[in-house]
Amino acid sequence: MNFRRLILIGVPYGWLLALFLVPFAIVLKISLSDYAVSIPPYTPTLDLSEGWAGFQDFLSKLDFDTFKFLTTDSLYWKSYLSSLQIAVISTFFTLLVGFPIAYGMARAPEEWRATLMMLVILPFWTSFLIRVYSWMGILGREGYLNSLLLSMGIIDEPLVILNTNIAVYIGIVYTYLPFMILPIYATLDKLDVSLLEAAEDLGCTRTSAFWLVTAPLSRPGVIAGSFLVFIPALGEFVIPSLLGGSGTLMIGKVLWEEFSSNRDWPVASAVAVILLLILIIPIILFQKNQQKQAEADQ
Amino acid sequence: MRRFSWFNATSLTLGFAFLYIPMIILIIYSFNGGRLVTVWAGFSTKWYGTLLSNEAFLDAAWVTVRVGFMSSTLATILGTMAAYVLVRGGRFHGRTLFSGMIYAPLVMPEVITGLSLLLLFIAIGLDRGIITIVLAHTTFTMCYVSVVVSSRLISFDRSLEEAALDLGCTPFDAFRSVTLPIIAPAVISGWLLAFTLSLDDLVIASFTSGPSSTTLPIKIFSAVRLGVRPEINALSTIMIGIVTIGVITASLINKRAVTKRLDDEQKAAAA
Repeated sequence: MNFRRLILIGVPYGWLLALFLVPFAIVLKISLSDYAVSIPPYTPTLDLSEGWAGFQDFLSKLDFDTFKFLTTDSLYWKSYLSSLQIAVISTFFTLLVGFPIAYGMARAPEEWRATLMMLVILPFWTSFLIRVYSWMGILGREGYLNSLLLSMGIIDEPLVILNTNIAVYIGIVYTYLPFMILPIYATLDKLDVSLLEAAEDLGCTRTSAFWLVTAPLSRPGVIAGSFLVFIPALGEFVIPSLLGGSGTLMIGKVLWEEFSSNRDWPVASAVAVILLLILIIPIILFQKNQQKQAEADQ
Repeated sequence: MRRFSWFNATSLTLGFAFLYIPMIILIIYSFNGGRLVTVWAGFSTKWYGTLLSNEAFLDAAWVTVRVGFMSSTLATILGTMAAYVLVRGGRFHGRTLFSGMIYAPLVMPEVITGLSLLLLFIAIGLDRGIITIVLAHTTFTMCYVSVVVSSRLISFDRSLEEAALDLGCTPFDAFRSVTLPIIAPAVISGWLLAFTLSLDDLVIASFTSGPSSTTLPIKIFSAVRLGVRPEINALSTIMIGIVTIGVITASLINKRAVTKRLDDEQKAAAA
């Protein structure tokens, strides 16, 4: 291996080892430690001055007490379950909203496509925080939606939407919609029109042709889009903080509060480790789906 | 596909209305003269004045832009190297771990990335400030750059590089005079993506910033936690405006480049 190749591989490799893998090892280590009133606020700490014996002593003091603690306090498993529930429900609604848009784009005249595509991507480049924030003005008690509905006489009492889970669903659907639309559009765009014509020649109605041909063929896009929404939604922090209420339990928010307000580093680390373990399953399924699709394309 | 039906037209109209109305409302009400956020009290640009005279916001914006430039430039260099290693690097020890570390940050929840980097900075005794945010942002954005650049590297014709090598180029010359010009659009998109992600990031920056290095998203977040603020509407409008101009310009440049390439190819075919 020559020197140039060593640098080419070594620099990005070293960077990721130092700033991705090592930090994660530290999280794992602290999750196995216990909370202590000290600086840093956990025990045991590794004391390299005692050499090998110190290291062994350190290893023997690591335990799963923090993880046991997580199972005894209902706040944590309730937060995991509620995050899962919120992520699943919002992914479903994102699909419900996103599919017709992707379908419409795929059927739109050729010359519109580039513009439509840009209109879908533009919000993605706009600040996530601002897009979430824009719903605070709409959904609030004195917000635009309530004043509109009240003035039209549709409701007599303002609706309570902001600071509930419904606002969180709306926020997730809104901010992650482009992630759903783009992969579905990509599969629908490749769909061979003659298959639909064949189905109709063979006596299918337009609706049954959709369910028998279009829906199954767009499945890889639907799966990819759903994971692209579900995975980040599960660990979401900004949306439940701004749009959710005190009753909205999401694990990203719990982790943040354990760390910054309670200064309980071991619990925050253990919460992170479990969140990652939960995420591994959808991530592997997503990878499999992408691989299958890549093979099908070749 | 064919037959653009009423159903398609309706779903596109409603869909784009859903995507754009919240931002349009935000823009309109940023010019609202009144203190009450939802009651229209005449056109005024006073919140822009309030915003631009607010030193704390201006400082935060300056920190954000500096962090964005430094981290996206570093991320582009590292990400392009990583993409080259993944696509052209062949086999080497630890390649699986390497590609795993490139893809993992893309799906890693931000709270975990932020927490783990903060714990690292504390462990090695690095004071939190602009440097730590730059290190954190470079790490997660270089993975996006590498994905964008490697998809371009995969799709281009390798024989061009081989021809350059056959004609006596050193590998480095071949990279500079053949590969780099071809992947340049992807490298530029990668830089823009990294820059946008860095400007936009709240969670990782909150974990890794110090008291003297507040970024704009941190500032916005703490300002709006308790409700809508007119000067934040003004700030949002400015940011949406910049992004819109940027995206439209980029797509026009891209369109011209594509037309030119098709034109050249036709000329080449005719000759």
